[in-house]
Amino acid sequence: MHGRPRKASKPEDEAASTAKAQKLRALQTQFFSFHHSKIYTKEAVELSAKLLEINPESYTAWNYRKLAVEHYLSQPDCNPESVKSVLDDELRVVESALRQNFKSYGAWHHRKWVLSKGHSSIDHELRLLDKFQKADSRNFHAWNYRRFVAELMNRSEKDELKYTEDMIYTNFSNYSAWHNRSVLLSALLEKKAEGFLLKENLLPEEYEFIHQAIFTDPDDQSGWFYHLWLLDQTVTTDHPLLVSTWPAHGSDVFLVGDRCQNGSFSPFTTVLSDSGSFPIVLYFNQPVKGVSSSTVIIECGFNKNEELLWEPLSVSNLQTAQVWVAHLKFPTSELDSSVEISVGYSKEIVSPRGSQYSHPSTFSFKVHVQPVERDSSRVSVAENILWREENFKAYRAQSEESIPIVSFDQLCIKNGHESTPIVSFDQLCIKNGHESTASNWQTEALAKEVECFRELLSLMDCKIGKLTLARLLTAYDVMSFPFANKLDEYSSVLLRKMTSSEESLLQHCFQYKDSVSSAIGNPICLRLNNLSLSRIRAFERLLWVQILDLSHNELESIEGLEAMQLLYGLSLGNNKLRSLTALEPLRKLKSLRVLDLSYNQIGDHSIDTTRYLCSSPLSHSAGSELNDVALINYWEAFYMFKDLKLNQLDIVGNTVADEKFKSVLVKIMPSLKRLDGQLLD
Amino acid sequence: MEDIPPYPPIDPTTFDLIVIGTGLPESIIAAAASTASKSVLHLDPNPFYGSHFSSLPLADLPSFLSTHSTSPSPPRPRSSEGSNEFSVLDLSTRPLYSSIDISVFSPDLLDQNSRKFNLDVAGPRAFFCADKSIELILNTGANQYMEFKSIDATFVGDNKGNLLNVPDSRAAIFKDKSLGLMEKNQLMMFFKLVQGHMAGEQDVKISDEDLQSPFVDFLNKMGLPPKIKSFILYAIAMADYDQEDTGVCRDLLKTKDGIDQLALYNASIGRFQNASGALLYPIYGQGELSQAFCRRAAVKGCIYVLRMPVTELLVDKDSGCYKGVRLASGQDIFSQKLILDPTFKVTLPSGLSPPPPLQAKLPFFSQKDDRGRIARGICITMTSLKPDMSNFLVVYPPRSLFPEQATSIRLLQIASNLAVCPLGMFVLYISALCNDDDQGKKLIHAVMNTLLTVPPINSESNAAVQSETAESGCAVQDENAESSSTGPSDPGEGKPTLLWSALYNQELTLGQVDFICSTPMPDGKLNHDDLIDAAIKLFKKIYPEDEFFPQTSSENPEDDGDGDDDVSLET
Repeated sequence: MHGRPRKASKPEDEAASTAKAQKLRALQTQFFSFHHSKIYTKEAVELSAKLLEINPESYTAWNYRKLAVEHYLSQPDCNPESVKSVLDDELRVVESALRQNFKSYGAWHHRKWVLSKGHSSIDHELRLLDKFQKADSRNFHAWNYRRFVAELMNRSEKDELKYTEDMIYTNFSNYSAWHNRSVLLSALLEKKAEGFLLKENLLPEEYEFIHQAIFTDPDDQSGWFYHLWLLDQTVTTDHPLLVSTWPAHGSDVFLVGDRCQNGSFSPFTTVLSDSGSFPIVLYFNQPVKGVSSSTVIIECGFNKNEELLWEPLSVSNLQTAQVWVAHLKFPTSELDSSVEISVGYSKEIVSPRGSQYSHPSTFSFKVHVQPVERDSSRVSVAENILWREENFKAYRAQSEESIPIVSFDQLCIKNGHESTPIVSFDQLCIKNGHESTASNWQTEALAKEVECFRELLSLMDCKIGKLTLARLLTAYDVMSFPFANKLDEYSSVLLRKMTSSEESLLQHCFQYKDSVSSAIGNPICLRLNNLSLSRIRAFERLLWVQILDLSHNELESIEGLEAMQLLYGLSLGNNKLRSLTALEPLRKLKSLRVLDLSYNQIGDHSIDTTRYLCSSPLSHSAGSELNDVALINYWEAFYMFKDLKLNQLDIVGNTVADEKFKSVLVKIMPSLKRLDGQLLD
Repeated sequence: MEDIPPYPPIDPTTFDLIVIGTGLPESIIAAAASTASKSVLHLDPNPFYGSHFSSLPLADLPSFLSTHSTSPSPPRPRSSEGSNEFSVLDLSTRPLYSSIDISVFSPDLLDQNSRKFNLDVAGPRAFFCADKSIELILNTGANQYMEFKSIDATFVGDNKGNLLNVPDSRAAIFKDKSLGLMEKNQLMMFFKLVQGHMAGEQDVKISDEDLQSPFVDFLNKMGLPPKIKSFILYAIAMADYDQEDTGVCRDLLKTKDGIDQLALYNASIGRFQNASGALLYPIYGQGELSQAFCRRAAVKGCIYVLRMPVTELLVDKDSGCYKGVRLASGQDIFSQKLILDPTFKVTLPSGLSPPPPLQAKLPFFSQKDDRGRIARGICITMTSLKPDMSNFLVVYPPRSLFPEQATSIRLLQIASNLAVCPLGMFVLYISALCNDDDQGKKLIHAVMNTLLTVPPINSESNAAVQSETAESGCAVQDENAESSSTGPSDPGEGKPTLLWSALYNQELTLGQVDFICSTPMPDGKLNHDDLIDAAIKLFKKIYPEDEFFPQTSSENPEDDGDGDDDVSLET
C-alpha cells in the first residue's frame, strides 16, 4: 500500500477512464434529478448505490441516501425488521464503496451514521475492520472507525491496546497503530485503570518499548513520532492541582475595620479591610482557566446570595492564571462564621493543554469580624511605615515579651483555644496525596533518554536523532535548571529553603515596632531584605504576608508577586527594577497602600523592554481627567498607578522621578498622602 | 525379501528412461523427463514412495533403516541367463546407514499410534519460502499435491537448554528481548546493507574483494558482536562447519554465498501471506515432496511400479553399453537411459568374467565419492520444547554444546498439526555432519541430553520398578510410578521426556554421471536446493537437448481462482 511507485497511465487506461467518466456523468444527471425532486423510490435509491460504487467520493449521494433512510423511517408502515434490512443495505453499499476506495471519507462517515442508528449488529464491524487493517495496516480511516466501533461496543481499552500492540509487532512502521496506542494509554491514565495509575511507572516502560523500534530502524519515522509524544507526556505536569489557598484550610481569619483591638489576635491572620471585603486566593500548580462561581462553590453563614467574581491574576493572559482571586464581602456587624469552599466539582477547570482539574478539594476556615468605629482622619495622618532596621523587631523576641511564653511550636498546634489563633505552618500549603513524591522520575527519564540517544548517534549519523537529542537536552535543562541564570537559581533555592520549615520562616518574621502608629493592625512583616535575591519564588507559602520587605536585593522583576493579595505594605527599595511596566504585578494588589520604590533604575533606560505589556494609549479612553500632554508623556505611570490606592509612595532615587513626574503621580493617585516621606496636602 | 506377488507383465517393454528408486532427485527427473515427452518407467522396490526421502510410520522406520544397513543380500539364484546379446550384471544394495540405535521408552503408547506417524527418514528438513524447491514446486504444478504450514520460529540453543530467538527480520529484531539496543541497530544495519547490495544500490555495494573473502571475516570487518555473528552464520546462512576454526572447517562460507543465503532468507520472509517466518514444512511430512513429483510424472504418462526390485542389469556384450534391466518378476525391460538411486551396487556375477569394455568401468562405478557422514536422530515427546509453540527450528552453532563440537547441529520440532504424529505428541528431528559414527552419536546425544529427559531405564526394568512398589503395598506410589512411566511428568527441570528415539548415521554421496547415472543421497542441508541442482544436472546430462520443465503459459487453466502462483498454506 505504501512506497509503491506511481505508474504512468497508458493510452488504453485513458480511454477506459473517459468511458467511465461518461457513464458517471449520465448516472449523476439522473441521480441529481431524483435528488432534487426528493424521489426515494427503490430504483432511485439503487441508482445512487450504483453511483457510489463507481465514485465513493460523491458526498451528495451519501447525503441523499441518508435522506432516503430517514424518509423510509418516517413511513408509517415500517417495522423493526424492515428497518434493519434497510440499514443493512446501507452497510452493504458502504462496503462495496470501500472496496473501491478504502480511504473514502464519505463512505466511512456514512457507516458511522448507519451504526449510530443502533439497529445494526456491531460484531460484524470488527471482522470487517480486520480485513481492511490487514489490507492496509496504516489506514487511518480504518483506525478512526475502529475507535468509534470500540467505543460503541464498549470494548475495553486493554483489549484494544493488545490489538494495537499486535499490529505494532507485525510491523512497527505504523503511525496509526502508534497513535492509537497513545490515545489508549491516555485514556487508561485518565481513568486510573489498574496498572496505569502513574505516569512515572508507565512512561519508562513506553520509552523502553519505543527504543526497540527506533534502534532497530532509525530511518523509520513512526517511532520518532511516538517518542515525541512520550517526551511531551514527560515534561507536562499532570493535572492541575490546588497547591495553596488563602485563607488556609482550618485557619481563623480576623477581620477588623481599622486596627487590631488587642494583642490576642494573631498577627498572621488578622486582616484589616477598609473595603468591607476580603480576598480568597486559589493558588494552582500551573495556569488554569475556568475558575468561576460555577466551578468553585462557596458556602458561608453570611452573604448567601452573592455570586463571587473570580479574577485571574495574570499579567499576560486574561483567560488563564495560576492564581485566582475573589473578594468576599463581610457584614459590618460582629460575626463568627465559617466558610467552606469547594473547588472543581465541575470539570471546567482545565489547563491550557486541556487536562482537567480532577482532584476536587474542599477547604474551610472561620471568619471573625470585629466591627470598629472608623476614624478616617486619624488613619490618614498616622499611616507611615519607615523601612528602617530599628523599626522592626524580630517576631519571636516580641512575642516572648508580650505573650507569656508561647513557643511557635505550640502556636502551630491547633488547640481549639480561641485566644491563640494562628495558622499552623502545615496549613500554609495543601498536601496533595496525588502529587508525585517528586518530579525526579521526569529528570531521570530525560537523563536516560539523553544517554540513550547519545549512544545511538555515536553509532550512526541520524538527523532526527540529533533533533531529538536537542529536544531532550532542552527539556532536561528546563526541568533540572528552570532558571535563566545562576542568580535566579540561588534565589529560588534560598526562598524554598526559607519557606520549608517554620523555624526558618520565623527567622524572617518581624513586627513593626511602633504599634501605636499601626493602624494596620500590626501584622507580621516578612523581611527578605539584603539576600541578593534576583527572583521571588515560593509564593504558595507566602499568601498570608501583608507587609513585605524586599529591599536591598537584585530584583529586576517582581513576577508572581500578584499572588500576594493581602499585601498592604511593600518595599522594593534598592533593587534593579528598570521600568514602571516591570511593576505590572502590583496593579493586581488591591490592598497595597504603602509602596517603596526608592533607589531603583526606573527611567535609566529610555527603552522599556517590557513595554509591550501595556496596551496602547491611543486606544484608551481612560485618563481624560489628565491633560493630553501628561497622558502621552507619562502613559506608563498613568497605566501603572491609576488603579492603585496608595497612601504612601517612595520613588526617590530613580531617574524617572523628577518633579514633574511626581506631580503627575499626585494627580493620578488622589489617595496618596505621602510621597517620598513628604506629607501631601 | 518376501515373495514377490505375481505381477502382470509390464507393457510396453521398451522405454526411453528407466528410473529406479522414488527418492526426490529420481522423482524430479522422472517428472521432468515425462514432461519432455519421454516414455518413463519408474520402479521402486519399496511399497511406498520416497525411498530415502520418505516419511514412514513409526513401526516401518526401523526395518527400513536396518534393511539398508546390512551388506548386500547374497546374490539370488539366477532366474535366467543372459541371452546371446547381453551380459548380465548383478544389481545389489550397499549399506547406507550405520550405527542404528532405536530406543523405546513407552511401547504401549506408541504401538497404538504407529500408523499416525509420518517420520522423515532424511530429517530435519524444511523449505525456505523463496528457495529453488518452492519455485520448482510452483513451476511444475506439484503444489497441487501438497499443503504447507509455516514454521513458527528459529532459535539458537546453548548448553544450558536455553533457546534464544533468532532475530531474523525487521519485525523480529524489534520484538526480540535478548538483544541490546545497539545490537539491534547493528543487526538491522547489516540486514539493510545486504538488502541494498542485493537491490543493486550503488552506495551500499559490497566490494568484490569482500565478496570473495570468507563471510566470517566480512562479519568481523562490519564489527558485529559474536552473538550476532553466530546468529547470521549458523541460524540464517545455515553454515555447517565452524567458520572460525579453519582446522575443522571443511566448508568455509564465502561472503558472496553468505550474502546469497541471507538474501534467500530475507526474500522468504513475508513471501506468502499466511507464512509468518522464512521456513515451511509440508503437511504429512517431507515424503510428500517426492510423491508430488511422482504424481506430476504420472500425469505426463510415466508408468509406476512399486514393490518391484530390479535384480540385474543388462549390458551389451560387445560394447558393454547399458541396454536394460531384469526385474524381480523375471521380466526384461529395455531403455535408452537408466537412473539409479544411490543404494545400488553393480557387481559381476560370480564366476563370470566381464566383457572387456566393462572391466575398466566397473571399479570406478562402485567407488563412491566420500563426502563424510551425517548423524540423524528422531525423538518423540509428549511436550513441546518450548511451551506455547509447536513447530520450530533450533540451531546449535559449533562449540555451543561442547568445545570439540565442530559442526552445527540442527533440530526441527514438528507437532501433530502437521500430521506427522498423533495429537499431543511432538517429533524432533536432529542432524549434524560428522566424520564417523562415534562423533555423530556424541553430537546427537549432546542435544538430547540438553533438551530432553532420557529415561534411565528401558521398559522392562521400568516394569520391574512398578512391581516392586506394588509389593511394598503402597498404592499411591504405584500410581505415581505408572504415570511417570507413561506420562510426561518430568523429574528434571521440566524437560520433555523422551518416549522413543532413533539414532542413525547416514553416508553422504553425491550423484554420479557416468557409465550409469545415480542420484545423490539426502544431503546435510536444511533445504533441498542442492539436491534439485543435482537432479537438474543429471537431467541435462542425459537429455542435453531438452528443457528442464519448460515454462508453459497455461498449464492448469482450472487453477485460475487462487492464482497458481501460490503454495497452499494452512493457517
